[in-house]
Amino acid sequence: MSFQVVKNIDRRKRRSEKFAFGLFRALSIFVVGILFVILGFIVMKGASAISWKFLTTMPSEGMTGGGIYPAIIGTFCLIGGSVVFSFPIGVLAAIYMNEYASKGFLVSFIRMMTNNLAGIPSIVFGLFGISLFVNTLNFGDSILAGSLTLGLLTLPVIIRTTEEALKAVDDSFRNGSYALGATKLQTIRRVVLPIAYPNIITGLILSIGRISGETAPILFIVAYFTTKLPKSIYDQVMALPYHLYVLATSGTDMEKQRPIAYGTALVLIMIVLVINLMANALRRYFSNKVKMN
Amino acid sequence: MNKKFLNKLFEKLIEGVITLSGGITSLAVILIVIFLFKEGFGLFGRSTLQDDMVLAVNKSNPLSRIKAANVKAIFDQDVTNWKQIGGKNDSIIIVRIEDIPNYFKESQLGANFENLAPCINHLTDSLSGVILFVPKKYITSSFKGKVLPEEKVGLVDFFTGKEWYPTAVPDSRFGVLPLILGTLWVSFGAILFALPLGLAVAIYLAEIADSRIRRMLKPLIELLSGIPSVIYGFFGLVVLVPLIQSIFNLPVGETALAGSIILGIMALPTIITIAEDAMRTTPRAMKEASLALGATRWQTIYRIVIPYSISGITAAAILGIGRAIGETMAVLMVTGNAGVMPHTFLQPIRTIPATIAAELGESAQGGIHYQALFVLGCVLFVLTLLINLGVEYVSSKRKI
Repeated sequence: MSFQVVKNIDRRKRRSEKFAFGLFRALSIFVVGILFVILGFIVMKGASAISWKFLTTMPSEGMTGGGIYPAIIGTFCLIGGSVVFSFPIGVLAAIYMNEYASKGFLVSFIRMMTNNLAGIPSIVFGLFGISLFVNTLNFGDSILAGSLTLGLLTLPVIIRTTEEALKAVDDSFRNGSYALGATKLQTIRRVVLPIAYPNIITGLILSIGRISGETAPILFIVAYFTTKLPKSIYDQVMALPYHLYVLATSGTDMEKQRPIAYGTALVLIMIVLVINLMANALRRYFSNKVKMN
Repeated sequence: MNKKFLNKLFEKLIEGVITLSGGITSLAVILIVIFLFKEGFGLFGRSTLQDDMVLAVNKSNPLSRIKAANVKAIFDQDVTNWKQIGGKNDSIIIVRIEDIPNYFKESQLGANFENLAPCINHLTDSLSGVILFVPKKYITSSFKGKVLPEEKVGLVDFFTGKEWYPTAVPDSRFGVLPLILGTLWVSFGAILFALPLGLAVAIYLAEIADSRIRRMLKPLIELLSGIPSVIYGFFGLVVLVPLIQSIFNLPVGETALAGSIILGIMALPTIITIAEDAMRTTPRAMKEASLALGATRWQTIYRIVIPYSISGITAAAILGIGRAIGETMAVLMVTGNAGVMPHTFLQPIRTIPATIAAELGESAQGGIHYQALFVLGCVLFVLTLLINLGVEYVSSKRKI
């Protein structure tokens, strides 16, 4: 092979590399661009609809006027309810899987089930919620039924992130604790959890983001329209994502509903954004702290 | 001594609670299976007629049973002569319960319709081309017409039927083929567009971008997966749907294409994250050996990194499809929900999750429609279960 040929091949290689890398960079920018287009669109259209009054008044005139107060309250009720149920169980389940269960058939079975639960479509959770919580256990269309359904949905997310956090704790910490005569539970409580908890908290916060945006599981449980605020966990509430769906697809006056829909979408996105930013900030804060130690 | 014992007891108690919690997901999956199948199981073998209703014809009619599809054709007046469905040459006269007063005077029916049963009997006997659709209680022992046997919902019909008319009167039709195909069609379209795009981004993040850019892009892509599906649906409805309508000059913009694009965007974060993780596991020594042999970085990527992480990339693709198949709200809002067999991407389409979401609210609990929707839920569950098992299989292969 002459020097010239080698040089030509070399040039062609470089050119195809340049082309491929340029393409990949452009596509990556495109994907992030999609995110900004969606966010930008909702923010621009929704900003004019949002006011203090919009956030704190009841919807009126058949949802063509007024605010979204009951939907905001309802969403927070559902978040609160499902958090109470899913956080403790999820964290305990992760502790069991990472600290107690001996590696073997049982753990791999449980892990498979957790993965399966994570893969089940949210609408199937909705069917299950209707069948078990609403009809069989007679909770009715209530905060309780909705919260339990949503809690079940986020359980795999919580278990997985908590497990990751526990796994990241080096075994030398555990062995050191055992060497000092601590029992297993003491080790977990005093050594493992304090080290893992920043990551656990981050995972929990992210799961709240998931709960606040889910619509399909609670489609048949939350209220289409109500101006009553919930008094107990057996009351029905409105929820932001479902309210947005209703405003966007049905109703009496599409023209008048659109601004309210944009406003609702913006509020929903803000909640999700704030939760995500909070989780990221926490993650960064704690990782800096760990480095310093 | 006593305190020590209490402590130990306390510890055992907590450990018991922890162990119980460990089983919660398995319990949940088992409960979901039980309840879905319990609610849906009764569908098969149930009559497709509305409850307590009956179909009858004149006793001279040679047909002894009429298929549900033909009943629908008759009542839609697509079929107007018995000859068309294999009977004798006689025009079909449809008599519903509300049509009875057209044939009799008020005095004959009685003030409170107490003579309704004899009147129905008389009508059936006198009109040779009649098909009668009335409540069962008016068919007395002296009934002179011929009561048609009820058509049952069959397993085969359910999965191969092409018509989904769950509330049609008198015979509801449950054919889920268009729904299953619609779901697969939209998901396939989504992956067609999301997989190349997602892989390109995954390669960029894993191999090309420097760590500063990566640290910036990663949270943004995570955020893309955090946006609620109803927001995607809303965005699709107000931006994408009118756009498609004007570009392709369609009567409606709510099409399979709109659904595929939105689902593709929603599947992107899943694909990117998993594929990138897989590519990152490529041993450094392998890449460096390739570079040392004079390969460019690009050659190293497509000859070393991609073949090495191919099972992870496959898992990413399968999980992306899984995400698309189960997605409800966005699809419900942008695909138009027409339960027809899919032919092109530019027509409205209906998926399984969207059908459940749109119809469960209006179906009576325990009714045949309600049960059919739960069977759809079972179908969806089985589909995603297969996908999950597929992912487990693919990723277990990677370890060897």
